[in-house]
Amino acid sequence: MEKLEILEGRKKQVYEKTKDAATFDIKCETTSLSGSVSQRACVFCGSRVVLYPVADALHVVHGPIGCAAYTWDIRGAVSSGPELHRLSFSTDLQEIDVIYGGEKKLYKSLIELIDQYQPKAAFIYSTCIIGLIGDDIDAVCKKASEETEIPVLPVHSEGFKGTKKDGYKAACDALMKIVGTGSTDGIGKYSINILGEFNLAGEAWIIKDYYEQMGIEVVSTMTGDGRIDDIRRSHGASLNIVQCSGSMVKLAKMMEEKYGIPYLRVSYFGIEDMSKALYDVAEHFKDNPSILDAAKKLVSREVGELYPQLLDIRQALAGKKAAIYVGGAFKAFSLIKALATLGMDVVLAGSQTGNKDDYTGLKEMCDEGTVIVDDSNPVELSKFILEKEADLLIGGVKERPIAYKLGVGFCDHNHERKIPLAGFVGMLNFAKEVYQSVMSPVWQFAPRKGGL
Amino acid sequence: MKTAKAATQNACKLCNPLGACLAFKGIEKCVPFLHGSQGCATYIRRYLISHFKEPVDIASSNFNEDTAVFGGSHNLKLGLTNITKQYKPEIIGIATTCLSETIGDDVDMILREYDSESSADNPMPIMIHASTPSYQGSHIDGFHAAMKATVEQLSEGGTRQNLVNMFPNMVSPADLRYLKEILESFHIPAVMLPDYSETLDGGPWKEYHRIPKGGTPLESVRKSGTAAASIEFSSVLDSGKSAAASLEDRFGVPRYRLGLPIGIRQSDEFYALLEKLSERPMPARYEDERRRLVDAYADGHKYIFGKKAIVYGEEDLVIAMTFFLKEIGIIPVLCASGGKSGHLKKRLAELVPDLENSGMKVQDGVDFVDIETEAKELKPDLLIGNSKGFTMSRKNNIPMIRIGFPIHDRFGGQRQHHLGYRGTQELFDRIVNTVIDYRQGSSPVGYTYM
Repeated sequence: MEKLEILEGRKKQVYEKTKDAATFDIKCETTSLSGSVSQRACVFCGSRVVLYPVADALHVVHGPIGCAAYTWDIRGAVSSGPELHRLSFSTDLQEIDVIYGGEKKLYKSLIELIDQYQPKAAFIYSTCIIGLIGDDIDAVCKKASEETEIPVLPVHSEGFKGTKKDGYKAACDALMKIVGTGSTDGIGKYSINILGEFNLAGEAWIIKDYYEQMGIEVVSTMTGDGRIDDIRRSHGASLNIVQCSGSMVKLAKMMEEKYGIPYLRVSYFGIEDMSKALYDVAEHFKDNPSILDAAKKLVSREVGELYPQLLDIRQALAGKKAAIYVGGAFKAFSLIKALATLGMDVVLAGSQTGNKDDYTGLKEMCDEGTVIVDDSNPVELSKFILEKEADLLIGGVKERPIAYKLGVGFCDHNHERKIPLAGFVGMLNFAKEVYQSVMSPVWQFAPRKGGL
Repeated sequence: MKTAKAATQNACKLCNPLGACLAFKGIEKCVPFLHGSQGCATYIRRYLISHFKEPVDIASSNFNEDTAVFGGSHNLKLGLTNITKQYKPEIIGIATTCLSETIGDDVDMILREYDSESSADNPMPIMIHASTPSYQGSHIDGFHAAMKATVEQLSEGGTRQNLVNMFPNMVSPADLRYLKEILESFHIPAVMLPDYSETLDGGPWKEYHRIPKGGTPLESVRKSGTAAASIEFSSVLDSGKSAAASLEDRFGVPRYRLGLPIGIRQSDEFYALLEKLSERPMPARYEDERRRLVDAYADGHKYIFGKKAIVYGEEDLVIAMTFFLKEIGIIPVLCASGGKSGHLKKRLAELVPDLENSGMKVQDGVDFVDIETEAKELKPDLLIGNSKGFTMSRKNNIPMIRIGFPIHDRFGGQRQHHLGYRGTQELFDRIVNTVIDYRQGSSPVGYTYM
């Protein structure tokens, strides 16, 4: 087998934890190397994923058709009511618009669409080309907003102006314009906003239910099953709980600065982190001991139900090896712990958008021999999966065929998942997902298992 | 409530570069390369992967703000160097995007500059460049543009050979395999352009295949200028955009244009053409396939006669399907496409002489909201087209038959046949079964025999 080389321009983004490895100085938070076949998308993607689940807002993509077409109903973010977010709207710019500008078409599109769908707000996403032809989308949005009397918010997400992370920021900027525009009447003291939770397969509902069982009021979830009116009054909450810290910690920081709302970073994946997410909130509201009591009761009940169900799965999976390649590095922490619960070892941990602290943390958590990688690509991922003899890859749709081609199990932990993986019930689902893929008899036919 | 007109809602098309990437996947040892933002390559990969269930590696020149201001030359060259190092391609298929087209990068010049650094020690892959700005046309235009660029840049003339160029249009890997089988049965050596029958529907790997095996070999592409004929499945493609027309102009290779061979009549034309080109009678196995198909038409006709269908997708697919539906007694009440070649209505009128009076509507440049609006009036029994019609199908409780690309919500889209007698048989069975399934499901009695 030919030994695959890492590209010169990427060597500093790949690190293998060994006894005598050089000092840890992984390069990250940089644009992708040209020609490297990165798994990342663009700035627009970052904004689109954060705002996507706001279900009663109109999401209009200003640009040629591709950006809207490829993000139509792309995520498993579900709504308990309106489903405007599952439709795709584009100004579908043509050559003539590129020459003469797309402002008029955008304006007309907005007025017509708002009339047709009566949304609570509209998000207007700039794509690459808008950054070049110089459409003043702020002015168009302002005009449309005045006329329609709903917030029409520009999202400056031109694809080439940075990385996916810059898209997160643009989305948070847009949300911040809505926060604080509603009445906070009736919001109690023990209240939170759930940030960075996108209600994939109904996960936000699971989490919200836990907090409500603890006697905590959830003012808004951003943006899973999101509603504009909830976001408007979210500044009335006492605490922000931020999951997927990469995408929405910026909003939490802005809300802290402007409204003095503190925030906590949490994760809902795995028994350990899920429990901590509940206990941390209880700790924050420690002047009310009943909250901690309720949290203890909840965790004990849930873990008591869950644990026996994991035993058989754990027995089957013990000692199997997993590779993790996810969007945000924070999720990788939880996954390492969750995999440990199943008795599995992690041989590769990587992400598209992690920062130095994230990777340092990952390095600390991982065993010797583990590879840590930033902004990877199919060649590197497959190289390490094979070299480290992984039995499982955790990633998204783009990583799935890499695993399957090589005869390796796969768990989709990305935006398109249809099964909730958050919360205690999510841990059980996760265990089942991993079990079903790793233990499937079909791998006996895979070439690397001697099948061909 | 008025339906908004200025915006496109739930598009019934994709962007130009997607088609080019798909077509370049059908050239042997070729890597598709998008000159634009990282997102374009990634979104297109994801979209193709969800259909083909195969790795689809597409490189990107990864524009940043500096690139947009100072031009894409540096990033393009760096990207070419990196992809060459890591993938060792024989060919790189470069397609542009809205971004690189709008800043006005002279890609041909950049590639010439880059290629001039090539030497015996440092050989460079062949670079094909297709211009595919996303603000023009749709994915099907990119598909044809990539094939035209390929033959224009690689084909050579020479002594006429016993060889036929096959331009199959954007069909499934299974269709491509079937076409190759047919051509082989007629003893016709053929150059299939593109041929992603293996690259996008192949077996398992022991190690990662940076470029999956399969695809049209470079040597075959070169020879296409010496072929005795080109067969092109398209009735809407303008000569100026056609690879076959280009070969006819440059090397005098006769261009035979047919619609996609779907249904008995349209397939007959294709097999007849092969009889003519090969000077051989149709092999017995296709006679058998045809006879079984005619027999199936008889067995199934009553389930479907008079049913109303909306058919949507690429214009060529819609035209061929319309003709097939008419042949089996289904009324295509709306023939719709997100594409806009300007020829859809005219071609359909040629194929269906009583178009005006037959209760058939034809619409190009439409989106799924337009189609749904029509569906409310037309009350079709069936929707026939790609997976993206599911939103409309579910909302209006109209059964759907998934054909073409993309099939994102069912398994095995890449293995579906559409073409020839075999493909028609599959389509016919599926249509009949969809009607039966719907009747069975909505019957108060339920029945276990048909």
